[in-house]
Amino acid sequence: MIFSVITAFIVGGLICVVGQLLFDVAKLTPAHTLSLLVVIGSVLDGFGLYEPFIDFAGAGATIPITSFGNSLTHGAMQEAEKHGFIGVLTGMFEVTSSGISAAIIFGVVAALIFRSKGKVS
Amino acid sequence: MVKNSRTYQFPSKPSIVSTAVAVGPLEKESPFHPHFDHVYEDERLGQETNEKGHSQLIEDTCNLAIMKGGFQLPDIDLFLGGDLVNQMTPTNFAARQLATPYMGMFSACATSISSLITASFFLETKQMDRILFGAASQHNAVERQFRYPIEYGTQKPPTGQWTVTGAGYGVLSHNQVGKPFVQSATIGQVVDCECTDPLDMGSAMAPAAFDTIQRHLAQNKGTSYDFVMTGDLGKTGSAILQELIKTSGVSSYLVDQYRDAGAEFYGNNDKFLSGASGAGCSATVYLGPIYAELLAKQYKKILLVATGALLSPLSFQQGESIPCIAHAVELSME
Amino acid sequence: MDPNSYQQTVDEIAPKRPVLKNCLKAFVTGGIICSVGQLISYVYMYFFSFTERTASNPTVATMVFISMLLTGFGIYKKIGQFGGAGSAVPVTGFGNAVISAAIEHKSEGFILGVGVNMFKLAGPVIVYGTFSAFVVTLIKTILVKMGVISW
Repeated sequence: MIFSVITAFIVGGLICVVGQLLFDVAKLTPAHTLSLLVVIGSVLDGFGLYEPFIDFAGAGATIPITSFGNSLTHGAMQEAEKHGFIGVLTGMFEVTSSGISAAIIFGVVAALIFRSKGKVS
Repeated sequence: MVKNSRTYQFPSKPSIVSTAVAVGPLEKESPFHPHFDHVYEDERLGQETNEKGHSQLIEDTCNLAIMKGGFQLPDIDLFLGGDLVNQMTPTNFAARQLATPYMGMFSACATSISSLITASFFLETKQMDRILFGAASQHNAVERQFRYPIEYGTQKPPTGQWTVTGAGYGVLSHNQVGKPFVQSATIGQVVDCECTDPLDMGSAMAPAAFDTIQRHLAQNKGTSYDFVMTGDLGKTGSAILQELIKTSGVSSYLVDQYRDAGAEFYGNNDKFLSGASGAGCSATVYLGPIYAELLAKQYKKILLVATGALLSPLSFQQGESIPCIAHAVELSME
Repeated sequence: MDPNSYQQTVDEIAPKRPVLKNCLKAFVTGGIICSVGQLISYVYMYFFSFTERTASNPTVATMVFISMLLTGFGIYKKIGQFGGAGSAVPVTGFGNAVISAAIEHKSEGFILGVGVNMFKLAGPVIVYGTFSAFVVTLIKTILVKMGVISW
């Protein structure tokens, strides 16, 4: 268990370093950076590489946004395997519902209870 | 080299007869804060929205400036002012409450000085007696429009600046002994050095400040200033401006006599990165501490150069560079 | 003033982004967030009988919930200034993008404000994640049908 927490720390940290380099060296905005990482995750799953990566790194691979791209592709591929081309369209959100639904639900809840304050970071 | 100076003299020497400055809670950290008339503990001034709070800040500060001069609202012939929010609704809505004749002015963060220059011209015609001028910004209202939601966790680079919550307004009237007056002014031209980074406004605005200072000095040869103070170039922009002044050899003495309101606003606090910005930055510093020190006769002649970045979130997204402007006013005290 | 020579002056004088320091901070911040995720997934595995594979869904939801609290209390933006990509890349950063926009636009009402603007920062992630998943899967399906590769 300790070992897998350390693996998650190192792998997750390294993915974030890639993101930081895209911010600081490539001078991309956060929106560009995150979109790129999601696309990378989805392409990696196309090559069947992301699932073994999750087996190795656990949360180090599932918590970064790249895993969002992976689960979208994964859902689509599962359905495509069963139903052919129709599945490409219908399977997209099969696996990945939790991130988006949680963000929407907690977003509305937060809007109900919080207000923003301009405190310095 | 200086083709058209666009520098003007004001023989009637219109005086700034009263000023008022109010700021938000965070601006207590400013070394200038003893010169602020009022510090609000709530950045929204108890209003429901940031924009309403912004408007209230303008209205309250305008009323205070009028009151401190011993005037009443009907004494004011014209209100000239602006802010950074879309279509300047905070200033427009404050003007609705003030019910004075009103003209909105947009020169981004240079509005403090562009409104003072315009007021000086109107007074010179002798058709008006008292003009309320100034500018304001409210951190949350400006940030949400130009950058990200307030609670979004983005990393600002060291060139980033912090939009001031603050309002500075003054009443300009005919010459009055013992009050600082407007001697001359230079209207800025838009300068664009193809800077594109919206998190480095100082670098974008420095060439505009340099251009205006250069043209002003060329028309006022032999005049010496206690100091020249730019509006919100911040630490980055003011270092670049100093370099431009040094290498051009325009005026070597300026290198030491040069200050920037944005770089000084929050002291040496690293949390604020390159320093303060926003229309309220130059307005509060010029009409607060600098005005007080002029009144106390600590300085005789200063040059105030407010700088503004003329971009919008849309123009940035469409890949446009950031055009900038700087307006200069020479204030004297006899 | 010549823009090219001016850009050189800016490059010389303007402070650089401290890339190495930022990367180190991103590594530590991102690492901590992922470790917390790993611990939470163990909780789901041991106490709620999820498997290693299925635990990731409730873990992500829990992380977004924590992100909501940190965003609402004004802490996530401080973590963001310190951690940079370290707090933007994990799913908590996705949550922060959605939740901060939702809080911000409350003043325009729940339909025109919160509803319309919630995904104004996180939208591209969903749009291009979905589109690239479509393209990738389509290509793979075609290749499988042609018998070039198998699932």
